[in-house]
Amino acid sequence: MDKRKDAGSWNRHKIQAVWALLTNSYLIGFAQGRIYKGSLKNLCLPGLSCYSCPGAVGSCPIGAMQAVIGSWNFKFPFYVAGFLLFAGALMGRFVCGYLCPFGLFQDLLHKIPFPKKIKTFPADALLRKLKYVILAVFVVLLPMVVVDILGQGAPYFCKLICPAGTLEGGLPLVLLNESMRSAIGWLYVWKNALLLLTIVASVLIYRPFCKYICPLGAVYSAFNSVAVFRYQLDQEACIGCGACAASCEMQVDLIKHINSPECIRCGACKRACPVGAIHFRQAGKSRQSNTTGL
Amino acid sequence: MKRQLQSSKAGILLALAGLLMAGVGMHRGEMSTVFEKAVKICMECIGIG
Repeated sequence: MDKRKDAGSWNRHKIQAVWALLTNSYLIGFAQGRIYKGSLKNLCLPGLSCYSCPGAVGSCPIGAMQAVIGSWNFKFPFYVAGFLLFAGALMGRFVCGYLCPFGLFQDLLHKIPFPKKIKTFPADALLRKLKYVILAVFVVLLPMVVVDILGQGAPYFCKLICPAGTLEGGLPLVLLNESMRSAIGWLYVWKNALLLLTIVASVLIYRPFCKYICPLGAVYSAFNSVAVFRYQLDQEACIGCGACAASCEMQVDLIKHINSPECIRCGACKRACPVGAIHFRQAGKSRQSNTTGL
Repeated sequence: MKRQLQSSKAGILLALAGLLMAGVGMHRGEMSTVFEKAVKICMECIGIG
């Protein structure tokens, strides 16, 4: 079972890695310390992927949403909200499990051995609500309300919180550009401290950023129960052994809530189920699992 | 089974609504706002300004 679990997990990481490479394939940007400026940047990517990463060929939906909300001429982001509605209704948090480069980064960090990994702690359930507060306050309200004399708001989530921007954009661009190195200040130190905290926390806790902070995960979580891609529990086949819940790194009790907002569709539960009672369901049809958990 | 099918239909309808909304946004010119932001290095995002 463990071998099957490991194979399935690494198959998923291969898909995540291919997606991360495809969406950050402007490799010359890393060599020259500049970013891609082509027309693909009109399009949002489904996962959290900083558009100021030298390799990025698409736009981060959370950054794009703040850019539109914070612009002087638009206040409701129809384009980005429509994209998120589309992606969420089709996939839910499958995006988090498979199509988010920062999710892959945390997955790999959590593979670093440590004697006492933390599965849960007293404030865990309460902290999981924090991502909804961050979405409402830093992504929507602050860029809409706190504006300059031109009526433009800053991308407060990106500016004050997002460790993906620091990792994918801040570190490579500052390392590659002397002019940027001379401009760093308290904000850069703050954001690097948050990135360091995220890295340390990711070794101890599975995907802490996704569980507690990520506003994109908050958006997609709302669609898990209605998404076209979702799980189905075969109640007749289920023997109630709890192997699914025990295997879940997001601590979802799948027997009680098969499409929990916290489920990132990693497929660990499907691989762990001894009777194959968890299925992928799509538009009225279901099919059995394979090793990726898809 | 009926509930499952209704949920699937809800997902498809929401996805179509999302496409419609995105189309409205593109028609309003929001895509150019996204593009302009994405092709300049976002100083706030990388922690510089």
